[in-house]
Amino acid sequence: MQSSEVVASEQVSTFSKSITDVALKRQAILNFGFRTMTWFAMLSVIGILLAILLALGIGAWPAIHTFGIRFFSTSEWNPVTQEFGAVVPIVGTLITSVIAMVIAVPVSFGIAIFLTELSPSILKRPLGTAIELLAAIPSIIYGMWGLFVFAPFFAKNIQPWMNENMGPFFHGPPMGIGVLTAGLILAIMIIPFIAAVMRDVFEVVPPMLKESAYGLGATTWEVLWNIVIPETKTGVIGGIMLGLGRALGETMAVTFVIGNAHHLSRSLTMPGNTISSSLANEFTEAVGELYTSSLIELGLILFLITFVVLAISRLLLLRLRKKEGLQS
Amino acid sequence: MKFLFAILVLGYLPQALATDLTGAGSTFVYPIIAKWADTYKKGNGTSINYQSIGSGGGIKQIEAKTVDFGASDMPLKPEELKKEGLVQFPLVNGGLVAIVNIPGIEDQKMKLTGDILAELFLGKITQWNDPKIVALNPDLKLPKLEISIVHRADGSGTSFIWTNYLSKVSPEWKTKVGEGTAVNWPVGVGGKGNEGVASFVKQTSGSIGYVEYAYALQNKLISTQMKNKAGQMVKPSLESFQAASASAEWAKADQFFLVLTDAPGKTSWPIAGTTFVIMQQNQLKPEQGKEAIKFFTWAYHHGEAQAKELQYVPLPANVVKLVEKAWTQIKF
Repeated sequence: MQSSEVVASEQVSTFSKSITDVALKRQAILNFGFRTMTWFAMLSVIGILLAILLALGIGAWPAIHTFGIRFFSTSEWNPVTQEFGAVVPIVGTLITSVIAMVIAVPVSFGIAIFLTELSPSILKRPLGTAIELLAAIPSIIYGMWGLFVFAPFFAKNIQPWMNENMGPFFHGPPMGIGVLTAGLILAIMIIPFIAAVMRDVFEVVPPMLKESAYGLGATTWEVLWNIVIPETKTGVIGGIMLGLGRALGETMAVTFVIGNAHHLSRSLTMPGNTISSSLANEFTEAVGELYTSSLIELGLILFLITFVVLAISRLLLLRLRKKEGLQS
Repeated sequence: MKFLFAILVLGYLPQALATDLTGAGSTFVYPIIAKWADTYKKGNGTSINYQSIGSGGGIKQIEAKTVDFGASDMPLKPEELKKEGLVQFPLVNGGLVAIVNIPGIEDQKMKLTGDILAELFLGKITQWNDPKIVALNPDLKLPKLEISIVHRADGSGTSFIWTNYLSKVSPEWKTKVGEGTAVNWPVGVGGKGNEGVASFVKQTSGSIGYVEYAYALQNKLISTQMKNKAGQMVKPSLESFQAASASAEWAKADQFFLVLTDAPGKTSWPIAGTTFVIMQQNQLKPEQGKEAIKFFTWAYHHGEAQAKELQYVPLPANVVKLVEKAWTQIKF
């Protein structure tokens, strides 16, 4: 009786052992497979990134070799004499993006705060959907709207007044197009992006925190400024950077309204150029090695600008986190 | 999954078999090639897949041998053709017009000369009531209005023809700016494509730009008369483009390297241009090459009416003969 029990229990244990062995082996294989897959996915990203950088580098080499550092200091862009300098497109890219951010950040902030804190709950849903819809409109639609609707309106109703009252920085022929218009259109394009991200991060602030603050007698403003924003600044900065990234690289909408002239001008209402709009305009018809390779170098510069912007935002976040560590 | 794949293959196959010729290049010539291709396919079964990626792109593609023919609004120099082992020949002609937006000025009423155009685009004349323009147009009431210049922002064969003309008539333009599909424009704003230029001109009072004649006609833009090389004022029309094409001395041009601008002849329109077809001299795929030649032969002899409908100027018969003689260079 006893011995048979022992045998039985031994049998059971070997049986269960063999089951776990098989299952373990299967899981080990699955695990290994999954791990390799994720590794591969990760490596492919790095691989693609490096391949693009390499391709841009090789493509741009003739221009880098010919112009060297001069490429960054001359505003001459002359396909006939094969003299190329990147100052105008670089400055145009930065200025349009700055204009867009100056307008878009406060507006998006307002939208997000209204939606999460102040809006009556019936309005929340439709307003939120409307913003998401705005974010989904293709950029060429914004470009066409800018060219056919906004530019004529701007030229007729606002520019004459600006010419008379706003000094040399806003003086130019009333055509409705130029660096300022491009910046405005960009702002309209990135507002939904930034606003949507900000709304999402404001929404995940733990209600307990806010309610405790209200319970202590804080006003809506105090709750916003002292609870919601400190709690969410990482996400807010992330949203702003997302918008900035889009503004820097936006092509079609800007090409339609910026005026595409390779000239530096003091006035914001004069035509200018950005890196991506130069590429879109000139790549198809660029004849000759140096011309093509100068355009590719422009692409490389845009790549680097975006990289630097991302790096700066990372650094900013790191410093913020460090400060938080000190406070608590 | 298999089923889906089968559908994809089935859907793709007939198309892949029927696409017999591929071409790429000039956007200017796209409408007429598309129309010819459509008619030609109905009669001969050969279909032509033409991609309007721009003249520069067309030249690159034919040099890389990825297409059967390239099309460019800018002729290649004979030595370049030799270096790359290419042949070129003209396909159709067309004209450019200056378009203006000045209050009270009607279509084809304003008179301009090449000289004045160059000074306008150099930024030297800045008001519409400039004495030089007024002297040419004594019967028009020209306002004191600032001139806004509109040019193409994208590289384009249209810009090449325009700047080539300005270089021919103005030494200053030639030394300061020069000619090309894209140049360093001294003044003005750039619009993307014909439609970009046209919309800027339409929206801005006091502006002047340039587009292809067919585009100006379809969109009812205000064009101007021009003084030609013979000193006559001519209006843009198929007849004046044809006169320019007929007066050009194609027989004397090595490898058809000739730009129709500033053509001699009393009735010639001064700003006319040509689209050139470029092919490999040594055909890697003789069947394709022969098929392409067959298509162009058909286009020269049977496509004239369609070309005129779309405001292109077919080549005169004597030029077609020259082209057919030049085809003997191609080795199959």
